[in-house]
Amino acid sequence: MSEEMQGGIIKKFLYVNRRAPYGTIYALESLEVVLISAAFEQDVSLAFIDDGVYEIVKGQDTKGSEMKNFSPTYRALEGYDIEKLYVEKESLAERGLTEADLLVPVKVLSRGEMADLMESNDVVLSF
Amino acid sequence: MSLLHTINKSPFERNSFDSCVAHAKKGSSILLIEDGVYAATQGTAAAKKLEGIMKDVKVYALQPDVNTRGLQSKMLDGVNLVDYGGFVDLVTQHNAVQAWL
Repeated sequence: MSEEMQGGIIKKFLYVNRRAPYGTIYALESLEVVLISAAFEQDVSLAFIDDGVYEIVKGQDTKGSEMKNFSPTYRALEGYDIEKLYVEKESLAERGLTEADLLVPVKVLSRGEMADLMESNDVVLSF
Repeated sequence: MSLLHTINKSPFERNSFDSCVAHAKKGSSILLIEDGVYAATQGTAAAKKLEGIMKDVKVYALQPDVNTRGLQSKMLDGVNLVDYGGFVDLVTQHNAVQAWL
């Protein structure tokens, strides 16, 4: 085991989500990796920009399409101490959405603030 | 000759929607499926484009894909929702299907 793992060094991880759910596997895969990362006790933040904001839209109902509805899992992140969720204001507006359309509590950032957030992390993982 | 156009990509991520709208002739139909249904949600640039062509082109969206994405209450007026059976009916009612991937 590396010294970093033993020494308990904590890095800031940012997961950038830019894809709509269901159409591709990116959103679900991101969520899986985020949940795995929770086991390593790192400082994790999630960013939702572009079509990624669609991942956390309320009211997803997959009965008709018979796909797996993984949206409730975003609400469970809190239980893994993943509480820093950021959504880009401009991405919401372009899609006719507001914070009230989202299924989890988030912090809404402007595009400029989102850019700053990206720069403030040690590791950025994109989905 | 009337075509049924299907679009399955988000209008924000690919230009399939824009290209389809630019090519859809009067009397043809557009069916939005999978991530294509985002184009018919209120308050988007894509929805404005759809409103502009609705008098010439019939617009449909696949209801199961709309519900899956949580867009039930956000659909643009004038978009006809169909189920899988309705999808099949549309295919039979047109001469050919063009899929904008």
